[in-house]
Amino acid sequence: MKARVYVTLKKTVLDPQGQTIHRALAGLGYKSIKEVRQGKVFDLKLDGLSPDQARQQVEQVARDVLTNPVVEEFRYELDE
Amino acid sequence: MKLGVVVFPGSNCDHDAFHVLHDVLGQPTEWVWHESTHIHHLDAVILPGGFAYGDYLRTGAIASHSPVMGAVKKFARAGGVVLGICNGFQILLESGLLPGAMLRNRRLKFLCRFVHLRVENTATPFTSACRPAQVLKIPIAHMEGNYYADAATVRELERHQQIVFRYATPAGEIVDDEESNPNGALANIAGIANRERNVGGLMPHPERASEPLMGSTDGLVLFQSMIASLVSK
Repeated sequence: MKARVYVTLKKTVLDPQGQTIHRALAGLGYKSIKEVRQGKVFDLKLDGLSPDQARQQVEQVARDVLTNPVVEEFRYELDE
Repeated sequence: MKLGVVVFPGSNCDHDAFHVLHDVLGQPTEWVWHESTHIHHLDAVILPGGFAYGDYLRTGAIASHSPVMGAVKKFARAGGVVLGICNGFQILLESGLLPGAMLRNRRLKFLCRFVHLRVENTATPFTSACRPAQVLKIPIAHMEGNYYADAATVRELERHQQIVFRYATPAGEIVDDEESNPNGALANIAGIANRERNVGGLMPHPERASEPLMGSTDGLVLFQSMIASLVSK
């Protein structure tokens, strides 16, 4: 089983890296791109768990380790 | 009196902190390895600067789950004095021992230079020997020192006088510009304490400003405060 966890900064948190990338893209002529927000992707391989157990475990590590809940949020996909 | 300096893989200011405590101030000091949980005999624990565990995932994130931090959490909850410097501060934030988080510096650059700090609260173990609103010249050296917390948390910090140091001009004015608040920290916050005051963290490096050779001795007062408050405890 595989899981992909997407970690992004909360909407209320400033993303200076995304802003810098946005300015660079604007400089390259991509005028229609109005905003860039940078995030992280984690691919997890899981073994010996039911889909429900896998979901529970992925949510737990995403919440406790992969994100800092003060500034980040996450979503994930499970590929059974 | 016994002080401990924690050594994580990737700590690089551990020797500086040890040197100031042990050699400059003459205090019994010992190393605490990151896998150790034996700290209950100590009077204070220093989490030094550096790049613990390479700062992989997020600054301080892996370190906050290390065995020693489990012991530091218990130690802090029992009232033990804990000071986190730079990466040590980031580890305290990730551990939840102090509120908030660090973002990248606003110009995305690693900053290594002197800054000026205004002491906002002298009723902490780390500032008891400071004058109110004293300005300290101490260097920063970090990439993620842009302190962030949500508005409610900042209000709580202010209400309980937990903001201990703010980035300031040399005259002690709080101005949010590149010169005096180079990393863009919210409300110019450079250092905070928990509500009980026994846990403190700051981004600047007082151990790098503790001997005349280093260009400033303003950092010494933090360690002197800490030692004095432990003696009077």
